[in-house]
Amino acid sequence: MAKRKASVCTTDCVACGCCMKVCPRSAITISGGIYAAVDEELCVGCGKCAKECPASVISMREVTA
Amino acid sequence: MRKGVSGKRDLHEGGDGVKTKKKWYDYLWVASLTYLILGFFNILFAWLGLLCFFIPLIISLAKGNKAYCNRYCGRGQLFGLIGGTFGLSRKKDIPGWMKSKYFRYGFLIFFFIMFFLMLWNTYLVFAGAQDLKQVVTLLWTFKVPWRWAYHGTVISEGVAQFAFGFYSVMLTSTVLGFFTMILFKPRSWCVYCPMGTMTQLICKAKNNMGGKEV
Ligand code: SF4
Ligand code: SF4
Ligand code: SF4
Repeated sequence: MAKRKASVCTTDCVACGCCMKVCPRSAITISGGIYAAVDEELCVGCGKCAKECPASVISMREVTA
Repeated sequence: MRKGVSGKRDLHEGGDGVKTKKKWYDYLWVASLTYLILGFFNILFAWLGLLCFFIPLIISLAKGNKAYCNRYCGRGQLFGLIGGTFGLSRKKDIPGWMKSKYFRYGFLIFFFIMFFLMLWNTYLVFAGAQDLKQVVTLLWTFKVPWRWAYHGTVISEGVAQFAFGFYSVMLTSTVLGFFTMILFKPRSWCVYCPMGTMTQLICKAKNNMGGKEV
């Protein structure tokens, strides 16, 4: 079954944390102040983070579970 | 799986999701707004802005994270509020070149050069080689008369010169951030904010040391 998960392009992430703030599942942490890391176990694929990201570096990816 | 820097999970465990109650630091935008307003009444308040300079640096140097950006920065919150909550933003993607490393690092360097020029001018006034200029320079170009906010200083005119210079920096970044907020996403400023770029670089340097893979 395919599910949608947030995926961060870590090289372009500016680590501002806007995504972390809006995630309803608290699935995002800012790893070492360098980039956003998504916990795929927690992510429900709502896409809020992708919409919020000022650098638009989050894409919603289909993953097969 | 969380693909984070190993051993860094304890920092910012969990985001401040919408369902959680607002914390005291979610209201720091009030402080940022107050700061900008105070500068219209008495320019010497500009000195307080040094806090938004040193706190992020100290946090990133001491802790190796961007907690300042992620939690405490009132300027980011202010853009988020005006652009996001009040909707004064087109919410379009920022152009690719603006989020490129060239632009971000270039802007950081430019910002530093202008900052040191400002310090140099302050020094000249301190040393008595130059007279105090009661202007706020917007976008490093436009000199706006700001005489009304100056009521004299007891120490040296250099103290006031620094205040004018520093407030110029703060107001300029607010104006730039405001434009990109309207044009792109609310917090577009955070993409090229020199403090954000600098703290991220410090975190990179710190967390890459000791052979930790990132
Ligand atoms: S898609 Fe939704 S649940 Fe997943 S990380 Fe983004 S905001 Fe959180
Ligand atoms: S909002 Fe975008 S740029 Fe900011 S930390 Fe999240 S992924 Fe990175
Ligand atoms: S990037 Fe700049 S404006 Fe944005 S949260 Fe960080 S310090 Fe504040």
